[in-house]
Amino acid sequence: MESIIGFFNDPYINQVLTLTGVYLITALGLHLITGITGQFSFGHAGFMSIGAYTAALLSLHLETPFIINVLMGGLAAGLAGMLLGFPSLRLTGDYLGITTLGFAEIVRIVFINLDITGGARGLAGIPRDTNLTIVLLLAVLSIICMYRIHDSRFGRALTAIREDELAAEAMGINTLLYKVKAFAIGTFFAGVGGGLYAHLIQYLNPADFGVSRSFELLNFVVLGGLGSVPGTILGTTVLTLAPEFLRFVKEYRMLIYSALMVTMMIFRPHGLLGGVNFRKLYLDLVHRRLAQLAKTKDVGGKQQ
Amino acid sequence: MTSLLELQNITIQFGGLMAVDHVSLKVEKGWISALIGPNGAGKSTIFNMISGLYKPTSGKVFFNGRDITGYKAYKITSLGIARTFQNIRLFKNLSVLDNVRIGRHCRGSSGLIGAIAHFPWTKAEEKEIEEKAHEALRVVNLLDKKDELAKNLPYGEQRRLEIARALAADPVLLLLDEPAAGMNLQEKQTLMQMVQNIREMGITIMLVEHDMSFVMNISDHVDVLNYGQKIAAGTPSEVQHNPDVIEAYLGKEIE
Repeated sequence: MESIIGFFNDPYINQVLTLTGVYLITALGLHLITGITGQFSFGHAGFMSIGAYTAALLSLHLETPFIINVLMGGLAAGLAGMLLGFPSLRLTGDYLGITTLGFAEIVRIVFINLDITGGARGLAGIPRDTNLTIVLLLAVLSIICMYRIHDSRFGRALTAIREDELAAEAMGINTLLYKVKAFAIGTFFAGVGGGLYAHLIQYLNPADFGVSRSFELLNFVVLGGLGSVPGTILGTTVLTLAPEFLRFVKEYRMLIYSALMVTMMIFRPHGLLGGVNFRKLYLDLVHRRLAQLAKTKDVGGKQQ
Repeated sequence: MTSLLELQNITIQFGGLMAVDHVSLKVEKGWISALIGPNGAGKSTIFNMISGLYKPTSGKVFFNGRDITGYKAYKITSLGIARTFQNIRLFKNLSVLDNVRIGRHCRGSSGLIGAIAHFPWTKAEEKEIEEKAHEALRVVNLLDKKDELAKNLPYGEQRRLEIARALAADPVLLLLDEPAAGMNLQEKQTLMQMVQNIREMGITIMLVEHDMSFVMNISDHVDVLNYGQKIAAGTPSEVQHNPDVIEAYLGKEIE
């Protein structure tokens, strides 16, 4: 027990795990946009940065409570997502991807040129308010949200859009509205992730939210299995921890990381957990447990 | 009395091609009405205009006396017109039940907040959606396959699932786009019985079909199209003996 507490108290371990949680919250937003609704976003880091800067600036200048700042970061990103969504979600596939990519670049360049964000020097001195407990709590909350969304009228409409947009429209789903909603919720999660990131790293630089970060987030969602929450959790964990475990190979680190990605895509093109139905596995387990429970209860009843 | 569905001189042009040229027709409540014609006559295009996927270049569509020309497809579905597709468009990677539940979408109202908060009324609505979906699946005899993935169903059952999905929307008018396409004789017989059962539920049916014996056996009224123009209308036997129709299908005798 002592050793477990000691393990989590180790500053390095603690930092890595907290960062994984932050990325997970962000990635879950992208999971909703890309995995569930089937809309490709290549600019998720842009929305993360909007949340990060909003939360950080509120902390530095207005000194409002940390949780409020993070929430405001999420709302700012969600609003940006909604505003971008209305015109651009009329596009599909590659075109939507290019638009989101462009948007993230615009955001990055705006932050480089604004005075209030510290420009290219970055924004320093953000208080370190994010800790492992809060991040874990929010991550679990996000996961529950995703499951509940998935299993609802709202979520089914989103899945229908992913499967066949025209048929979805003919089934009475206002596809544009639903896509915008999914985009707004997904970018809200990115903003919350960004706010947490800012208060963890304590320093923001627009360069941290470039194209490569956007693709990294997309990798998190795709590697584990597109459209699967356990897949997103696995993908995020593996890809955040892999570079840490690969530190011993020093300069070959990113090389091996990339090789792993390529191998992965060859052998499991649908993601590590692609095609695994966790719901069914879980239900089977529950049924077995219930049967077992009923049996023991029967025995117990007889004993009384 | 107004007809359930009335098309007034609808025309649609794709570039230089006049796909549908000033077609007027009526569907009365309680009918099984068929739209027939050779390939490329514009039958599916008319369906797409009624269901709002295409916007007519000119002309009007009235549903229950209401002008619905140019309405968005999702709006038209919620008004009570549901449809199936000629080239099956199921949500392939979802279960049979989920496909039908999605068909029920336009009759529900819970959104994101309800999904996350699980309000009592959200749960009640979910239950209602599930019951209605079961009912629709029972009509097409697919209830025992509800947990299968749509893509794993055999072809004939996929066609029936499309009908169940449309029925879940509680339509007043059901548009069936070639429901019997690719079915064998026995499957066609079953389908014919199903279509009649659906009519007895009080749903008016309009169908596009190539299979003449199917159309002639089941319809109360037939409209015939050729090259985007309406060439005949009437009861099946009237249409069968119409010289213009015979010419469109078999060609003209050389004198």
